[in-house]
Amino acid sequence: MKKNKMVNLKINNQPVSVPEGSTVLQAAEKLNIHIPTLCNHDDLCVAGNCRVCVVEHKGARTLLAGCATPAAEGMDIMTNSLKVRNARKHVVELLLSEHRADCTKCYRNQNCELQELANEYSFGDHIFLDLVGDHEAMIDDASCAIIKDDSKCIRCQRCVRTCSQLQKVSAIAVSGKGSEMKISTFHDRPISHVVCTNCGQCVNRCPTGALTEKNYIDSVWDAIYDSGKHVVVQTAPAVRVALGEELGYDPGERVTGKMVTALKQLGFDSVLDTDFTADLTIMEEGTELLTRLKKALVEQDKETALPMTTSCSPGWVKFIEHKFPEFLPNVSTCKSPQQMFGALAKTYYADNRGVDPENIVSVSIMPCTAKKFEANRPEMRDSGYKDVDYVLTTREFAVMIKQAGIDFRTLEPSGYDSLMGDSTGAGVIFGATGGVMEAAIRTAYEIVTGKPVPFDNLNITPVRGMEGVKEASLKIEGCLKEWSFLEGVELKTAIAHGLTNANKVMTAVRNGEADYHFIEIMACPGGCIGGGGQPIPTNMTIRQSRIDAIYEEDMSLPIRKSHENPEVQAIYKDFLGEPNGHKSHELLHTHYIERVPY
Amino acid sequence: MYQTDNLIKDLVKEYGSRRDSLMPILQGIVEKHNYLTDDAMVEVAKELDISAAEVYGTASFYSFLDTEPRGKFVIRVCKTITCSMKGKHEVLETLEDMLKIKVGETTSNGIFTLLETNCMGWCHKAPAMLINDTPYTELTREKINEIIKEYMHK
Amino acid sequence: MMETKKISKVDLIFEDIDPREILTRVKGMSATEIIEEVLESGLKGRGGAGFPTGMKWKFCSEEKEKDKYIVCNADEGEPGTFKDREILDRVAQKVYAGMTIAGKAVGAQTGIVYLRGEYKFLLPQLRAELEKFHKMIHELGFDFRIDFRIGSGAYICGEESALFESIEGRRGEPRNKPPYPTSSGLFGKPTSINNVETLVNSVIILKYGSEFYKKMGTQFSTGAKVFSVSGDTPKPGIYELELGMSLLEFVNEFGDGDTKAVQVGGAAGFCVPRKLFASTVIGFEGVPTGGSMKLFNSSRSMYNVLHNYLDFFNEESCGQCTPCRVGCQQLLKGVESVKRGESKSTYIDELVKLAATMKVASKCGLGQSVGNAFNSIVENFREEIIY
Repeated sequence: MKKNKMVNLKINNQPVSVPEGSTVLQAAEKLNIHIPTLCNHDDLCVAGNCRVCVVEHKGARTLLAGCATPAAEGMDIMTNSLKVRNARKHVVELLLSEHRADCTKCYRNQNCELQELANEYSFGDHIFLDLVGDHEAMIDDASCAIIKDDSKCIRCQRCVRTCSQLQKVSAIAVSGKGSEMKISTFHDRPISHVVCTNCGQCVNRCPTGALTEKNYIDSVWDAIYDSGKHVVVQTAPAVRVALGEELGYDPGERVTGKMVTALKQLGFDSVLDTDFTADLTIMEEGTELLTRLKKALVEQDKETALPMTTSCSPGWVKFIEHKFPEFLPNVSTCKSPQQMFGALAKTYYADNRGVDPENIVSVSIMPCTAKKFEANRPEMRDSGYKDVDYVLTTREFAVMIKQAGIDFRTLEPSGYDSLMGDSTGAGVIFGATGGVMEAAIRTAYEIVTGKPVPFDNLNITPVRGMEGVKEASLKIEGCLKEWSFLEGVELKTAIAHGLTNANKVMTAVRNGEADYHFIEIMACPGGCIGGGGQPIPTNMTIRQSRIDAIYEEDMSLPIRKSHENPEVQAIYKDFLGEPNGHKSHELLHTHYIERVPY
Repeated sequence: MYQTDNLIKDLVKEYGSRRDSLMPILQGIVEKHNYLTDDAMVEVAKELDISAAEVYGTASFYSFLDTEPRGKFVIRVCKTITCSMKGKHEVLETLEDMLKIKVGETTSNGIFTLLETNCMGWCHKAPAMLINDTPYTELTREKINEIIKEYMHK
Repeated sequence: MMETKKISKVDLIFEDIDPREILTRVKGMSATEIIEEVLESGLKGRGGAGFPTGMKWKFCSEEKEKDKYIVCNADEGEPGTFKDREILDRVAQKVYAGMTIAGKAVGAQTGIVYLRGEYKFLLPQLRAELEKFHKMIHELGFDFRIDFRIGSGAYICGEESALFESIEGRRGEPRNKPPYPTSSGLFGKPTSINNVETLVNSVIILKYGSEFYKKMGTQFSTGAKVFSVSGDTPKPGIYELELGMSLLEFVNEFGDGDTKAVQVGGAAGFCVPRKLFASTVIGFEGVPTGGSMKLFNSSRSMYNVLHNYLDFFNEESCGQCTPCRVGCQQLLKGVESVKRGESKSTYIDELVKLAATMKVASKCGLGQSVGNAFNSIVENFREEIIY
């Protein structure tokens, strides 16, 4: 096909010219003509299944799916003819008839694409018979992270395409046919018993309430109102650049200060920052990497697993447990920042504040659904208690703000409480793909050479960006004496986001085609800013806006290196001793297990 | 549960481990063992490097690729219009009487499963049924009796 | 009223001929000559959709790809059709010859027969025939090989792109079109997919010439067609008849004297009531059929007929697109509800409109044709459906 060749067509009698290969839908967008869609999603391949986007091509026997039909020379398209409107109304009515339209009780009420279409096309007519059967039997709510409610499913298959294309997991697939067709796990097992990584990308793309996170809003309210409890909350880096979207701001608006104020107003006893433990992770993980390199390079220890991979993304951790269990020794033993925070909240924080850890309720606000699963892992009780009690997504947090009647826009910004509330720019960029790598290099390079990384403004741009797999290498020169074994070593790294890309990298490692030392993997496209717990919708443009905001936040902070975080320095002095020391190992490190392949 | 390991390995050897090998492999398992166990589907998924949910999703699309336990002889009675007009009901009644099972069930000895199926291309000789791959047409009570007795002794 | 032909039986499809002779001649012909001959004959696909075969071959031959496929669609699943089984059973060599001719015409070296699972019992004999055939074309110098793929019980796999999906190891879900198979078909390669009977017709055309072929049938429906006759008829079976006869002629020949309706073209086809027999032409200018002719006499309840068809579609829809997946359920539940008196009789009119939407908004031919049976039965037998 020739590039840049244009085709000319008419849509609603307006001429338009688009590059060959464009769809009718894209041509209409160019004219600012809105064609409703449902199964279509910017991140996914075309399906053409829901038929909401049907348009009329004058003279054609049937209507065409706008999303799936290539624009062709001379087409004469009507997007809103009577024939189109009638068909579209029928399609919406049919979807409503197989959907349990329990809207006022639904978590997705007022953020539901079917509801929007119903408002536009159905006017509450409900011409057809209700096809939803025994809905109780259609709900799988056994997982602590994801609820699948088939009675609300309209079979657009966005989730299926997400799970296979973006994540290469395919924990869910289409099963059965005809009236029995539905979205299933392997032989309809509970979602908690299959290969699902709980990444929540399907939740983020579900147009209705068929896939949602399990919400813990009421549990958190209960804790807040329990006067005997001391409720601490941590906020992940990616939340502050996305929360605004739920509250009427444009994507990319940073709302850190207002968010902290809102949390205080909600009644949390202490509002702290996951960025603190992100910085701590850099100290622990950086040390672990250097130790592994030393063992491998100096001591020639064959047992030392390299490349080392990051472990902050719980979706990635579960992915490797299911799909590449032989590489579990390569995963950093560091707990994720959320879990380091949890373990310290009920030890270090409790001691310092003189609160009985028994009475501490530790809540985290995350861009992530997999964090819910992570918090419930049996490995995550090293404080002697459940380290993190409740995980809320950015979306659940926004619900709480609305429930509390807080007028978010008028809030005065405020700062985090102290002791585990200090943030650095390095901690903040954990929220974007490449961010952990960048933060680690900023610190490790300086530890090893005594000099800051040789990049303008500490901005290590080669590890940034939306490319699926990024590779970067850094030659280490001018080492301090104790690190002289690294002199001249070219540190090879890879960065992958989205599990399809993770799969590519790990397959290359498995096949011996890659010689990386360190790999950063985040399960979600774009990293945590594109997490499954983030505001809906999320797409390429929105992810980019959030990433831009993350780097702005980094630049805005006075300290931008993890090892310079004063609270991090203090905790090593007062409590942990040294990175990878005894106490760290007890509280901040863990191991993972092999899981079923289906 | 049946031993499928060698069978699946053999089928992979014969048909390959590409995605388009999936149907012949699943058909080969069903031919030998009447249905697909979960273990078999997981094994096939591994061999073809696809997800088990996709194997299940694909199998469950095809009515001959059963994922629920089936007997040694699977009887499929045509229920589409001509067979329905020409005595499908009696065919089912006769079979249910003889086998002491209802449609959808398998005899307790695991020999027969009774199912219905859509048009199998014998309308001019209705009513018709398939037992595994073999079609039987112009069925009467007597004929069914003979056929089933024969299978009982197989 | 359209001109109709008298009923006229022919014996070409099952005629015992030696394919070697025709293939020897085809060997000496250019692709263009073959395509011209088939175009000239006016042959249209015998599977039901009726696309001109010569055009299909022409489009496919014009594609520049090295790998192309000839697929023989032997997934005969339309209720009431059984002619392809009979053809494969009796004259498999002619089917293979047709594929070889098509291969030569479009420039394909690989042929695949997709045989429905219900016909698997034919496989041993078909393979034996194929072995002989391969030997023969090898001797003749053809670079063409045929293989089998077996279905597993899914009507929708008769839809060409669903059939490709099935061969590729996936659920038989129809693809978006365009691209059409001739440019991107099996494994994304240019593919000519033809029905069993169509392929045999190409052999007939190359044996007797397009002039001879065109003399049969009518201007828009040249040639003869194998009909699968069943239902309330004293002589159910396979009949090869020229196209273009009136349905009245047909009923006079095959009816039991009490025929009240004929379902032409299977569950996806049209129901023609007695009053329209005389004015209905069997052919592409009138009511087309893949061969299924089902007769119903006055003892039959058309509600039962409709219900049976809807039940069929309800199970056999692939389920991916909304109009078909949910529409089929609504039509089935809807007629049941009206029959039981739970919905008003006027609800039928809503269903008729829904069927019309399914016709224009469904993704593939299955969903688009559910409305044929539904609306033609409801229109003509409304009382039987409601009361």
